[in-house]
Amino acid sequence: MDILITLIPFLPLLGAAVNGLVGARLPERVVGWLGSGAVLVSFLLSLYLFAHLHGGAEPVRTTLYPFIAVDSFHVDFAFLVDPLSVWMMLIVTGVGLLIHVYSIGYMHGDAGFWRFFAYLNLFIFSMLLLVMGDNLVMLFFGWEGVGLCSYLLIGFWYDNRAYGKAARKAFVMNRIGDLGLLLGLFLIFAVFDSFAYADIFARLPVLRLDPAVLTAVGLLLFVGAVGKSAQIPLFTWLPDAMAGPTPVSALIHAATMVTAGIYLVARCHPLFSLAPTALEVVAFIGLLTSLVAGLIALRQNDIKKVLAYSTVSQLGLMFLALGMGAYAAAMFHVTTHAFFKALLFLGAGSVIHALGGEQDIRHMGGLRRALPVTYWTFLLATLAISGVPLLSGFFSKDEILANTFAGVGVGWWVLAALGGGLTALYMSRLLFVTFFGTFRGTEEQRADLHESPHVMTVPLIILAVLSVAGGLLNLPHLLHVPGAEWLAHFLSPSVGESRPAHLLSAQTEWLLMGAASLLALSAIAWAYWAYGVRQRVPQDEAQLSAVERVFASKFYFDEFYDWAIVRPVERLSQLLHYYADVWAIDGFVNGIGSAVQRIGTEFRRLQNGNIEYYLLGMVVGAVLLFLSLWL
Amino acid sequence: MLDVVKTVPIDYYLWLSCALFCIGVFGVLIRRNALVVLMCVELMLNAVNLLLAAFSTYLSDAQGQILVFFIMVVAAAEAAVGLGILVMIFRNTHTTDIYLLDKLRG
Repeated sequence: MDILITLIPFLPLLGAAVNGLVGARLPERVVGWLGSGAVLVSFLLSLYLFAHLHGGAEPVRTTLYPFIAVDSFHVDFAFLVDPLSVWMMLIVTGVGLLIHVYSIGYMHGDAGFWRFFAYLNLFIFSMLLLVMGDNLVMLFFGWEGVGLCSYLLIGFWYDNRAYGKAARKAFVMNRIGDLGLLLGLFLIFAVFDSFAYADIFARLPVLRLDPAVLTAVGLLLFVGAVGKSAQIPLFTWLPDAMAGPTPVSALIHAATMVTAGIYLVARCHPLFSLAPTALEVVAFIGLLTSLVAGLIALRQNDIKKVLAYSTVSQLGLMFLALGMGAYAAAMFHVTTHAFFKALLFLGAGSVIHALGGEQDIRHMGGLRRALPVTYWTFLLATLAISGVPLLSGFFSKDEILANTFAGVGVGWWVLAALGGGLTALYMSRLLFVTFFGTFRGTEEQRADLHESPHVMTVPLIILAVLSVAGGLLNLPHLLHVPGAEWLAHFLSPSVGESRPAHLLSAQTEWLLMGAASLLALSAIAWAYWAYGVRQRVPQDEAQLSAVERVFASKFYFDEFYDWAIVRPVERLSQLLHYYADVWAIDGFVNGIGSAVQRIGTEFRRLQNGNIEYYLLGMVVGAVLLFLSLWL
Repeated sequence: MLDVVKTVPIDYYLWLSCALFCIGVFGVLIRRNALVVLMCVELMLNAVNLLLAAFSTYLSDAQGQILVFFIMVVAAAEAAVGLGILVMIFRNTHTTDIYLLDKLRG
């Protein structure tokens, strides 16, 4: 058992090592299937562990070796396989596997093919460490690894300056969050004297901590989650992360990276449950992000940017669920979101692939005939994320909305439902503008339109099936079917049973469900009428109204950060450069040099080569010596 | 013989040797000819020799006179080496003026 658990993260690492070291000399086919094979085996092993746990086995803890042992400070390199982590492992390796296979087709012919697969495998390894770690140090290890890999992959085409900048931006924004996480870890160690989950949660009820301390811990951890999961105010890196190849976007947005924040909060739920203030902040930030990102997505014209903001807004909904204490609901949405968001990104990649790199939806249109598989799978994903009844997104979003209603009341529910409605609106706008109407690209692109190869479409079809059927994992209990709330039951040993939605009456729930579905369907209908029937094309920025321009400019977040932080820091750096560095430090060092030189110039006159002169000096010296002795 | 030496008071030896030494020092300092400078050095050595011999006699201690012989040997060797160098300098530069020999000027 231990060896199986150990293999799960280390196989992708091995794949990364082989591809990274000798991949350049291997043929593309070998590199691709080696990378995918490593993840496939990890996925199968995860499935085995899942079956093992599902059969009622206890969570397994495996210690490889003591990682750090200094006096009483003790951290093990240990893995914990419990329902929560095995579920995350399934998502990471399962969706990751499909993305790997897809990449074989998408990255075909790229000069950095082997590098790409090495990075992808390293990414999977980091993410697996993050979710499998038995303590917060292991989590932090994976957390940083994921950050590094995202940097490498976003800047994969590093000869493009803008992409390199986007990669750095992602890294720096993540570091800001990481600082919060790190401080949170320090505080946890100061309070609990251990980093292991088991120790922390066992000591939690015994210690009778000051609620303020718990709130501080919760908020600091949440700062880390905000950075990694792209919430306000640190979300601006995620849309820029679109610079990476499209499978990377799928990997970052669906299976790995951004779900790390959700996982962190869900994993530390005993802490958060005792810190209601922190949970309120989580919920508030989640809701706010969901709405703001939804509004921004309405007026984006880059196919990948729309999807990026959609991810931000869906993550907002997940944090809202976490804030309500509905951890299982959040994990459910993580799961369904992984399916349809991976599908959407891979579909978008297929479109971009077909159009030879075109990403602007204004230059697309009418693609449904040329790309039938992409169209149908994209359609299903759009319907799923919009919350059309019976598809996976409907159930997971409904769970969140019901919990919001039960947790804080109708006001928050309306806002959250609006966030869901916005999702339906911008996603169907994207769908209709891209696939309906007439083709608006160049003649060259029209002649070259082609459906992607099987290695790309098969993952799309698998993900489409999952997007449609994903709701079966966690059917609402009011349907009274066998297997209802299966996922929540499965996860309950890890994340507890807290589900405020159970307090609601059946009628209320039906009503909420109906209202949310109606909202989603009417949003889709409106988008169909505007973009499908009347074939409206998004306008240029100049023609937008003032409010729309605010959306299109992302609420001026980047401009604000530039003005409030980047520019002052740059100014300060310049001042420091001129005054502290050039003037003070360089002046001092160079001053010593030139002073020595000047003194030397004066003293060299003594060395005039004239023996008489030296002898005179000697005699005078001797006389003075005698005089001094005599006196 | 010793009595002859002692007929002159010790003060006189002191003054004489002091005078000789000073003549040597000033000679070294102000003369330009390297040969004269060497001779002045010998003068200083012999001023000291004179004093050593005088004190040795007055104190009835032979050690001073032994030291005199050593100094004379060393002085002879030094003169030989010094004159040799001087000859080479003259052959190379056609001068013995030490004011002109300032190649080591910094």
